[in-house]
Parts: sequence; structure tokens; C-alpha cells
Amino acid sequence: MKVQGKIFKYNDNVDTDVIIPARHLTSADPEVLKLHCMEDIDPDFVNQVKAGDIMVAGKNFGCGSSREHAPIAIKASGISLVIASDFARIFYRNAINVGLPIMECPEAYEGIMPGDEVEADFDTGTITDKTTGKVYKATPFPEFIKKIIDAGGLVTYTQQKTGDN
Amino acid sequence: MGMTMTQKILAAHAGLDEVRSADLIEAKLDLVLGNDVTTPPAIKVFKDMGATEVFDKDKVCMVPDHFTPNKDIKSAELAKCMRCFAREQNITNYFELGNKKMGIEHVVLPENGLVFPGDLIIGADSHTCTYGALGAFSTGVGSTDLACAMVSGSTWFKVPEAIKVVLKGKPSKYVTGKDTILHLIGQIGVDGALYKSLEFTGDGVHELSMDQRLTICNMAIECGAKNGIFPIDEITLEFMERVNPGRLTSGNYTAFVPDEDAVYSEVIEIDLGSVPLTVALPHLPSNTSAASDVNLPIDQVVIGSCTNGRYEDIKTAAEIFKGRKVKEGIRCIVIPGSQKVYRQALDEGLLAIFDDAGCVISTPTCGPCLGGHMGILAEGERCVSTTNRNFVGRMGHVKSEVILAGVPVAVASAIMGKVATPFDLEGGN
Repeated sequence: MKVQGKIFKYNDNVDTDVIIPARHLTSADPEVLKLHCMEDIDPDFVNQVKAGDIMVAGKNFGCGSSREHAPIAIKASGISLVIASDFARIFYRNAINVGLPIMECPEAYEGIMPGDEVEADFDTGTITDKTTGKVYKATPFPEFIKKIIDAGGLVTYTQQKTGDN
Repeated sequence: MGMTMTQKILAAHAGLDEVRSADLIEAKLDLVLGNDVTTPPAIKVFKDMGATEVFDKDKVCMVPDHFTPNKDIKSAELAKCMRCFAREQNITNYFELGNKKMGIEHVVLPENGLVFPGDLIIGADSHTCTYGALGAFSTGVGSTDLACAMVSGSTWFKVPEAIKVVLKGKPSKYVTGKDTILHLIGQIGVDGALYKSLEFTGDGVHELSMDQRLTICNMAIECGAKNGIFPIDEITLEFMERVNPGRLTSGNYTAFVPDEDAVYSEVIEIDLGSVPLTVALPHLPSNTSAASDVNLPIDQVVIGSCTNGRYEDIKTAAEIFKGRKVKEGIRCIVIPGSQKVYRQALDEGLLAIFDDAGCVISTPTCGPCLGGHMGILAEGERCVSTTNRNFVGRMGHVKSEVILAGVPVAVASAIMGKVATPFDLEGGN
């Protein structure tokens, strides 16, 4: 599966408090959360993001709180993929679990600029910057994680597993 | 190849003789935790899955603490959702407001004897890593992981490698576990232990009380760690004797020790005697500085949270406040971390000391730590706080600032109206 969109770029250590501030955690509704996504570091994000757009960031993306509201807010905002140098552990799990596509690729963070048009292929891990013509290769997912993704997320995976018992 | 303490706990719960770092395992859980923010989405997933019963009503723990007592209608709905589910499922460890066991999740679970050495615990809260202080493996997850764990009683883990943190010597006067963990985070950065365990060891461990250890493990997540863990010693056993003598006597726990030949990705030595009173300046917990090097005016002080709301913290605060006053114009909010801490502070006259000093005293809640309620900052305001995060907008306005500190620095700052240490009080008063 391929996605394509315009780049929103952020730095290292984007924390879950700026992805979705706790003052908005009184709702877990994706439609409510998306209205406040990134507002504390990029107030224009929600007005500018279009369905399919891609987020690129540095290391330790999603550090901080375990709030699943963070990947839910990003996904609901229309972002089709987050590429980061690496992800904080809980965010990584949560993104897989809620079906927000993520890729780890430090080189892509270095090379891709805000506003670039980028295409990514989930099957091959290939990231193509259509604006500059540069091509990057994301770190492949471990087999087990692929199984969860292929099952359609942790819920289906667990249902399949518990159904077997 | 030997295993670390964490690896041994994971292996035992996965029914394996051995695990190695990067192995993916399925492990059985001894306790599963959620709060009023993370549990409602988990309940939705639980119901959407068609699940009808939790795997074990004694092993699912639900704590209303983030936005409680409820700050608004929406947060009341969240708390109601969790309360109804807890009643419907007959959850043993649900701690309603006013219950003697109530309080902030990571304060009340150890305090009520729910965590023992060798246990494997997940919680839908990033500070679940706190329980490593008792020699347990515990880590934070999201709501979907919580939901699936409530159904199956198990979850998957990638076995972490570990950083060995060797603590030596004895902390100087007023230096606490908070200073030690901030010092470490400052040294290795907010992703310095990403995906790894922090295994604390060394003679210095025995100089740290259980409350200090809980503070240290609480903030393991702030350098990206999967968990922090302490060895079991006489201090652990004394704590268990106090909180759950029945389980201690039954022997239903395991004190794991790392193998002699366990492999560590890195070894870091910390001489506790050289750790200064430490603060973390905005906007990362790794942005540390010696408190004595900082001279910034403040507007507010918060003393409490799952990091520093335990009895020893409250007692230390009262000892420094005794006979002194919060500087005029400064707000100081004291939040005991649990009803038990609150009651003990009441019985021992500590709350009166805070009142005399000009502090306000709140019922246990996470409240201001995550910018929920009970002390939100306005634009341009600065707070010295014993909490755990100082990210942009964490405690309120996007242009407000949080400086993280241990209790002695927080109290001294409230009295001086600027970032200060208790030594400034001795010199100045």
C-alpha cells in the first residue's frame, strides 16, 4: 500500500503533551481530538493539514505520556504516515495498535524538508521525496509486529489468539 | 549468557528458561492498571471486542486520579464510565474518592501492598514504571494494550537490554531520589535509555529509602526507559512487611537477582555524594542544572504527584516549612499523594504546618502535574514543581514554564519566591 502527501516537519522529542495537550483528554473522540492536534507547537497544523499528508520528525517521537489519544489525534487529523528517526516505546506500541502507520528512518528526517511532496510504500519501506527525487529506505518492522499490523491491529490479533484457546 | 533482573522476571512470566534482548515474548500479567483518562477508551475497545468479563477481577486495578475530584462534566463522565465498569465487573481494586485506599495510582498501588518483588505489571499510564522500586517489572502501555490485557491476562513484550546504574556513596544533605534521577536524565538525555531497562545496583542503593527508590523508578520513563528496577534488600522487606505482611509470610513472591555474567549495554556510575540539588529547566527533564546555579523568580510551587507525593516527601516539606512562610505573592499547593499520606500528615500535625506557612492543601489528585486542574498556570507564569514533566504547555498555558525539582528545593523556592535551596534559608534567615 502506498500513501502520498505534503510534509509537516518537526524536531526531536515531540512529546505527547504537544501532540494532544492533557486539557483535551476529557474526550477520546477522534473528531474532537483532531481539532487540537499539535496546537501547542504548531497552531496552524490543524488548518493546513490535508488527508494523506505525512509527518516527519527527529528522534524519540511521542515521548512522555502513554495517552493513546496522541496517535488517534494524528490519525484523525488526516496524517497518513509518521516518519521519525525513532519513536518513544509506548507511542510505537500505541501507533501500531490504533493503526497509525509509522516508519523509522533517520536519513529521511535529515533529507526531507517541510512542504515536500513524499510518497511511501508500506510493503517495501521505500520513501520517495518527489520534490527532490531522493529515495530512502525505512527500517523494516520485526516479523511479530508485522503480524499485528497484518491482522488489522492488536484487537483482531488478540481476538484471533483468544479464539484459538 | 546471563540474564538481567528484568529479563529473569520476563522469562519466568513467559514460561521460558531463558530470554535474550530483542526476543519477542508473550508473558502472563500479575496486575493490570488503568486510570480515569486511559481506562474509558480501553473499556470501549473491551466492549467492541465482544468481551464480557475481565480475566481476573482481583488483578485489574482502576484508579480515578487524573481529573478527580472531577473538574468538569466531561471528566465526570469519564470517571462514571470507569466506575460503572468497575461495579459491573466487581473489580476488587477500584478506589473511589473517600476510600481509605484512594489516591494517585502509583502512590496507592505500592502503599496498599499490591506490588511485590518479581511481579509483572502493566498500566495504561507511562509512570507505571514506578514499581521497579520493589523489584517488580512494570511498564506503561496504551489503552488498547490495557483492553487486550484485561481480556487475556497477558501481553507481548520485546525483551529489553539494560543499562546498569551503579550507585555509590551516600547522598548529601537535602539531596533526594529526585535529584539523583534528574541528574541521571541530564547525563543521558530524554532518550538515553530508549527501549532499555535501568537496573540500579551498588552500595548506594542501601542509602535510599523505599520512597526515594519509588521516585527514581517513577522517572525512568523520562529518559525513555521501559522500566527501572532495584534489587531486593532489607528496606524492600521492611516495606512489604508494613504494607502486606500476609503475602510476605506466604512467600508468594520471587526476589530475582541478575546473573553474574548478565550483559549490559552500558554501565553508568553515580557517586551519590556528588549529586547536587538538581532542577530541570524548561522544557525537557534532561535540561538539568544545579539548583544553586539558577536564579529565576517564580509564581507557584507544586508539591505532590506520583513522583513526590509520598509520606517522606510530605514530611520533608513540613520539616523545612516549620516556622517559615511562603513568600508573599507566591502560591504553594501541597497535594499528598494518597488518603493514607493525607491522614498521616493530618494526625502528625504536618498539614497545620503547611497551613501556617501559607500553603493550600489539596485532596490527592494528579491535578496540575498534567495541566488538569488545581493549579493551572497562566501565560508567562513559572512554577517550581516536584512533578515529572516540564514539556511545553504541560501545566497550563503554552507560554508558562515548569521547573522540576525535589521537595527540599521546591519548599525553599516557595519561601524565597525564586529557585532556591534550603541552604539559602539557613544563610538568609
